[in-house]
Amino acid sequence: MSSLAHPALATPRRHWRLPPAATLALVPALAVLVAFWLLPLARLIALGSERRDGGATAYWQVLSSAQYLSSLAQTCALAVAVTAAALLVGAVVGCFLARQRFFGRSTLVALLTFPLAFPGVVVGFLVILLGGRQGLSASLGMSLFGQRWVFAYSLIGLFVGYLYFSIPRVILTVMAACETLDSSLEEAARSLGASHWRVVVDVIVPGLAPALVSCGAICFATAMGAFGTAFTLGTQLNVTPVAIYNTFTNYANFAMAAALSVVLGAMTWAVLLLARRLIRQTGATL
Amino acid sequence: MKRTPLFYGQLLFVLLVCAFMLVPVLMSLLAGLTRNYFQGVMASGMTLDWLNQVWTAYADTIWLSLRLAFACALCVTVIGVPAAYALVRMNNRFSRAFEELMVLPVAMPGLASALALLLTYGQLGGFRSSWLFILVGHVIFTLPFLVRPVMAVMQRQHLPILEEAAASLGAGPLRRFFSVVVPNSRAGILAGVLMVVTLSLGEFNLTWMLHTPMTKTLPVGLADSYASARLEVASAYTVIFLLLIVPLLIALQAVSNHLSRGDRR
Repeated sequence: MSSLAHPALATPRRHWRLPPAATLALVPALAVLVAFWLLPLARLIALGSERRDGGATAYWQVLSSAQYLSSLAQTCALAVAVTAAALLVGAVVGCFLARQRFFGRSTLVALLTFPLAFPGVVVGFLVILLGGRQGLSASLGMSLFGQRWVFAYSLIGLFVGYLYFSIPRVILTVMAACETLDSSLEEAARSLGASHWRVVVDVIVPGLAPALVSCGAICFATAMGAFGTAFTLGTQLNVTPVAIYNTFTNYANFAMAAALSVVLGAMTWAVLLLARRLIRQTGATL
Repeated sequence: MKRTPLFYGQLLFVLLVCAFMLVPVLMSLLAGLTRNYFQGVMASGMTLDWLNQVWTAYADTIWLSLRLAFACALCVTVIGVPAAYALVRMNNRFSRAFEELMVLPVAMPGLASALALLLTYGQLGGFRSSWLFILVGHVIFTLPFLVRPVMAVMQRQHLPILEEAAASLGAGPLRRFFSVVVPNSRAGILAGVLMVVTLSLGEFNLTWMLHTPMTKTLPVGLADSYASARLEVASAYTVIFLLLIVPLLIALQAVSNHLSRGDRR
């Protein structure tokens, strides 16, 4: 019966083997990706490795310049801090929303997940409304302690902004992962006398670990590459996307901008790969 | 169920996080409707003038963004749905490598992708200065967001059986694709299209590098107004953006709820 479905048998006139029709359906997408993604990427990588007047490639210049290295380190540290904070907050909120049923729960879920689609520029503006010169915290500090609390234009502002668009992603992932947790494990632990904390540490966190790792990697990647928020908060912030932008537009140093982008992209990609390997390992041991 | 103090502690925490998410949005809504934000709503009263001003100054960015988003959704659907079908049917080493390749533009910093596009195709004057240049960037970036949900729907339904039935009745591959595969995955396509439109409307990292003064999209205009306009105008502009994007998000949530309910059945 199933042989009827085979295209080669359904049309007996053909004697030679055609590639399955399904493969042909991939061609348009493959063509677009190769032409507008792989080819430009190869050009970007090649541009960074061209030897220039000093004889050094732009990659070497990036990796030997204290300024660029410190910007890369700062970007990385910020991304790690944002990821850790977002995972902590998002895991608590996500677990609570997934496991409890109460009035207004679905409204809360909707409100907490909307900011996922806000672009970085808008988030930057929201941070200015919170912590800018005329922002909420400034007027709050003024009325309570007589001094304006302004944090929006510094790394703290950037941290708050990145946290703002990372938390919804973690909440969504954790909620989805909670649905798949085996509740009998938790009941068993409780019946054996485990305290609430023991259950959280020994049952819930290991159960959520793969989801947390993969979501954390995505948060990290987003924070590494985010440009809109930093752009709104001020271009004197020393994070790598801003440095790339400045190198490209203000100094028209294309090779250097290309090399910086490649280094940033490679670091991001390495973290994503590492996360996937971690998940595969924990998946094997569980 | 008995509510413990822990429950109320966690609820309080959730409400605090919710406030963090919501308060700035409400502030922007308020600022966009206030005559003079620095004096306050009470002192200066409310007005729709700022919204009007934004509309006269930035209406073309809104139209361009909408056109871009729909063109992007169309392109991504045309190349993405067949690709999803192929990936589900092939399911071998090559198709998995292709999936990796497709997701890479999302993992790469948007600025880097935009730079790569600029350095490769920036010399083609006519292409560079038209909105199609931005469209290309958006299509590359949003493709996996359509292919993923479509693949998920194609994997779970009884598609092979339906296709076999159609084939046994004499339908060719094209006919099967359009009259069996596509109608059966319409929920996944809808979810993907909504996601693509939402992402394209809000895309900034790529667009900022790819735009020209003649091709400003909504987020680019927003960045402009944040840098140069009064706080009230910037807020009003943000409000217009949110009015565009929140209905899409509500629709998206409804569709994905529907999909996950179908999953459980």
